[in-house]
Amino acid sequence: METSIWRALFYLVGIMAFAGLNAAYLGWCERKGAARIQRRIGPCEAGFAGLLQPLADGLKLMSKQLLVPQGVDGIIFRVAPVLAMVPAITSMVVIPFSGNIEARAMELSVLLLFALASLGMMAILLGGWASGNKYAIISSARAVSQNLAYEIPMLVTVITIVMISGSMNLREIALNQMGGFWHWNIFRLENGHFLTMWISFIIFFICSVAETNRAPFDMAEAESELVAGFMTEYGSMGFGLFMMGEYLNIVVGACLTTTLFLGGWDCPFGKTPGVWWFLLKIYMLIFTFIWIRWTYPRTQIYRLLNLSWKILIPFSLANLLITAALIKVF
Amino acid sequence: MTVPISLRHDETFVLNLGPQHPATHGVLRVILTLDGEYVVKAEPVLGYVHRMHEKLAEGGTFAQFMPNTARMDYLHALAFNHGWALVVEKAAGIEVPERAEYIRVITVELNRIASHLLWWAAFLLDLGGFTPLLYAFDDREKIIDLLERVTGSRLTYCYMRFGGVYNDIDDEFIAGTRAFIKRLRSRMPRFYHDLVTHNIILIKRIKDIGFITPEQCRRYGATGPVARGSGISYDIRKNEPYSVYPEFDFEVPVFDECDSMARYMVRMHEMEQSLRIIEQALDKLPDGPVMGKAPKVLKPEAGYYYSAVETARGSLGYRLICDGGKNPYKLKLRSPTFSNLSLFGEVAEGMLLADALAFMGSLDLVIPEIDR
Amino acid sequence: MSGYWSDIFTGSKSLVTGLLITGREFFKPVVTEQYPYEVPTMTPLFRGHIELIGNEATGQPNCVVCGMCQRACPSTCISLDGKKAEGEGAKGKVLTSYVLDFTKCSLCGSCVESCNFNALRFSKEYNLASFDKNDFIMDLLKRLEDQNRCKQ
Repeated sequence: METSIWRALFYLVGIMAFAGLNAAYLGWCERKGAARIQRRIGPCEAGFAGLLQPLADGLKLMSKQLLVPQGVDGIIFRVAPVLAMVPAITSMVVIPFSGNIEARAMELSVLLLFALASLGMMAILLGGWASGNKYAIISSARAVSQNLAYEIPMLVTVITIVMISGSMNLREIALNQMGGFWHWNIFRLENGHFLTMWISFIIFFICSVAETNRAPFDMAEAESELVAGFMTEYGSMGFGLFMMGEYLNIVVGACLTTTLFLGGWDCPFGKTPGVWWFLLKIYMLIFTFIWIRWTYPRTQIYRLLNLSWKILIPFSLANLLITAALIKVF
Repeated sequence: MTVPISLRHDETFVLNLGPQHPATHGVLRVILTLDGEYVVKAEPVLGYVHRMHEKLAEGGTFAQFMPNTARMDYLHALAFNHGWALVVEKAAGIEVPERAEYIRVITVELNRIASHLLWWAAFLLDLGGFTPLLYAFDDREKIIDLLERVTGSRLTYCYMRFGGVYNDIDDEFIAGTRAFIKRLRSRMPRFYHDLVTHNIILIKRIKDIGFITPEQCRRYGATGPVARGSGISYDIRKNEPYSVYPEFDFEVPVFDECDSMARYMVRMHEMEQSLRIIEQALDKLPDGPVMGKAPKVLKPEAGYYYSAVETARGSLGYRLICDGGKNPYKLKLRSPTFSNLSLFGEVAEGMLLADALAFMGSLDLVIPEIDR
Repeated sequence: MSGYWSDIFTGSKSLVTGLLITGREFFKPVVTEQYPYEVPTMTPLFRGHIELIGNEATGQPNCVVCGMCQRACPSTCISLDGKKAEGEGAKGKVLTSYVLDFTKCSLCGSCVESCNFNALRFSKEYNLASFDKNDFIMDLLKRLEDQNRCKQ
């Protein structure tokens, strides 16, 4: 059963569909959410409530000419957008959507997810460098230093979770939190972990916002300074793939946060766990991403790095020590 | 094989913050020499929007120049109208009735608030906060609707005439203005200060950025909020009073910190002071005609005349040379933003690119006014 | 170092306050006007392009072809022409053509202000858009005739 061809096909098609729909309709969600915060309507003409707008955008992007400027590195320029999408879709293989729905349960799935996230960062670096545009290179350099700085507190926080759950398998971590919201890692009422777990959650959330290059940490594509950052030279579908890759990264970040901290597919009162709870939680987290983006201005690059190196890393390291001590004591 | 970026021997490269750029408000080109992210040299290149307004003034009569004044700084067009009306009235010796003076002050101050609101929105847009733009435009729309009710235009007003104003204001305008004052006062603490001014990200972004010493202000002739944010307390409305400003009780906000935050706070407080002036003007509004006696064809005596007004960006000066004919002989405008922008080259050295752009935003530039 | 903890504390508080403000705005109604479905009405003093005022009884323009508007205009966008009035006892001139080049007009109001015969006023046209420049070289006499016809 594990290696049946039907299962593989089902998950292949399912994940591609999930990823495709999310990449397209998260754009719609963002525009509508932003519009409502700004007291206006947002897309409303294309289809009912603008639901065909992503289709219209996709058609427009596909019909444009994919301009490859002279003097760019041909192969890397064309590969970089694809490299932005692929790790995000691949990450969905190991995410447990529910007790029964998981493409492949791996023992080291947490490690796999972080490795794939770094591949995504490489895509930004390569895209900017291959463009041969000064704006793009400045933006790539900023993006790389930002992603590096924020991976560290992220990993340290995940280590605390792994220590508590005793395994790196995402499925095991989620199963460890079943039974009601007081078992969830964000609250963790046993063994005194509740004192520090919410700090872990906040640190992890901030890091995932920074990893996905979302405002207030979106220096890489700071529109008013660098025109479009590393995406300046990309036309039609290259730009489309970068944007879709960014949205998929947000989905994967939300899925990871849910599985690690919010109990995966568990119901808050422990009654009927299922995939709907998982989807509800990730969409609430994605709404928070959108909410944060449209409220705050952009930080400065050195303030961003200060935040990581001087505030998040000491807090996460202290958190790690306290958690280790609590595990040892209890 | 990529195109190599030519580095100089000291590893700097030249970046063109080109004429088309989302952050330069208008058509301004800045040639930046960057070392990594640090600005080594910044050189603004002007003249992309030069439309020869001053020469156009010589080709027509005095009254025919009035629409041009609004096109120069379209954000505070009524102040430019006011300045031109003042200088020609000084030249020709025309008296303006009281009611017209009060109406001029009310409309100019309303326009000042609209200009500051747009500055605030655009500044935050540069810094990456997209939502405050729409909250500010919600308020600005109310002001523009009020001014449209009186002048007929929404942005480029041609409302003042020599001897008064074109239309009278009615009770609906007065009621609408009072309602607007109440609305803006209630929205300020929440949407402007809680959401933005006290936001830690914004504070870290503009505090201690872009120091302009008072001595630099004097050297370059910077006026307006740029100078008042550096401790120089000079406002044409108080120091060289014109129109009926001496009748009103208002303060001129001056901050000593000399950074972008000081300039930001000066403009926020100026909005509140403008609301005070409008309230007092509405209370004291006299009855009477709105247009004084002015000859149809103006032929002022030959001579040199100068008049200055305080716009949202600084002190605007009109220098008019008449030769006794019905056209001006020569007109020169002293544009406040031109002097403010000339600080940019010196102050931006050594800053990071994003800080330099935040500093440029805090100078409140309107490029058509620089180029005229 | 002393600012470290106070920064974190006040900073987080300001961030949460900001989020609450935008969060509340999310649920409030829309303030924009949905243009093609809700059309705005112009205020009485709104300045659209100028139009001729016709006599209440006869429908003929009040214009006596004095040329003051043409002289007052800073952009030279008015060109008018008239011929001597015919018939017995008729004095003055009659308007034969009045063309406004709206591509140059700056809506300053000098023409309306300078007319002593109540012949010009601002219209309320605001949504002028066209692909052809010639649509903006307006024949105001024809416009007056069309308006008269519509009134009947």
